[in-house]
Amino acid sequence: MKKDKLIIANKNFKSRLIVGTGKYKSMIECAKAVKISGASIVTVAVRRVNITDKKKALLMDYIDPKKITYLPNTAGCFNSKDALRTLRLAREIGGWKLVKLEVLGDKKNLFPEMIETLKSTEVLSKEGFKVMVYCNDDPLMAKRLEDSGACAIMPLAAPIGSGLGIQNKTNIRIIRKQTKLPLIIDAGLGQASDATIAMELGCDGVLVNTAIAKAKKPLHMALAFKNAVIAGRQSYLSGRIQKNLMGSASSPKKGII
Amino acid sequence: MKKIKKIKIKINGNFRLINSNINLLNLLKSLKIPFKKVAIELNQEIIDKKKLNKKILKKGDKIEIVHFIGGG
Repeated sequence: MKKDKLIIANKNFKSRLIVGTGKYKSMIECAKAVKISGASIVTVAVRRVNITDKKKALLMDYIDPKKITYLPNTAGCFNSKDALRTLRLAREIGGWKLVKLEVLGDKKNLFPEMIETLKSTEVLSKEGFKVMVYCNDDPLMAKRLEDSGACAIMPLAAPIGSGLGIQNKTNIRIIRKQTKLPLIIDAGLGQASDATIAMELGCDGVLVNTAIAKAKKPLHMALAFKNAVIAGRQSYLSGRIQKNLMGSASSPKKGII
Repeated sequence: MKKIKKIKIKINGNFRLINSNINLLNLLKSLKIPFKKVAIELNQEIIDKKKLNKKILKKGDKIEIVHFIGGG
């Protein structure tokens, strides 16, 4: 298992768990959860600096971008123009090329707006960005994104923050079969076992934010997700048994008294 | 004494009166902005941080200063 690393855009990452840094009670709790989760990558948002309150804590003071890879995200963008602007600014902050594109289409269900997402992926790839793309769980769209230069496919399990877990295992399996790109489940997981299921379906990683940040005990849940991802990956690589309708005894019949 | 002329600009969505003839670098310094941790836009154009001193601010300029915060 030692050599089993997550590789995105030719870069190795130790952990297959990516965590979001939003929704925590405090920056301290967020930093602790990230550490416990063992994540090598964290997603971050690009927002205006508060120029009137300079004492406000900065994320970079709590999570060192030299130790943990920052993955700038376009969360909150509802069109290609805003997403491109956000990621170009993110790159300017410190040379970030590995980014997460997320263009939303509906304020209630937060489903991705795939036409705008596709357009943005093309433009960003041409500009030299390595684009990890949040998308719906449609295998056809996943293929289009791959052809447009995406460096990772990130289908949702369920609506962002819903905690519903993977709703369409069949589609995830089909996407897994058709792509060699890193496949990362992004959004909608609710508990650690959801991450195990994702990994057992053959996904390369999972991205979790709300399920950890809003758990009653976020730090404990961070550890649970870490272990769940490792367990799921090991299970996937170990090759599960066939499912059978009838039973098959575990003890030999020979020597029964 | 000659009165210093003031101009009105917008920073991160809020209006602000500043001295005229000031460049972007000096404005950001006066606001104590940590350069290494931010990106700067002037009228929707990203400004190379090495060239901030070449941008003399004009009336009506719109500046955006952004950084990373926690997000999903």
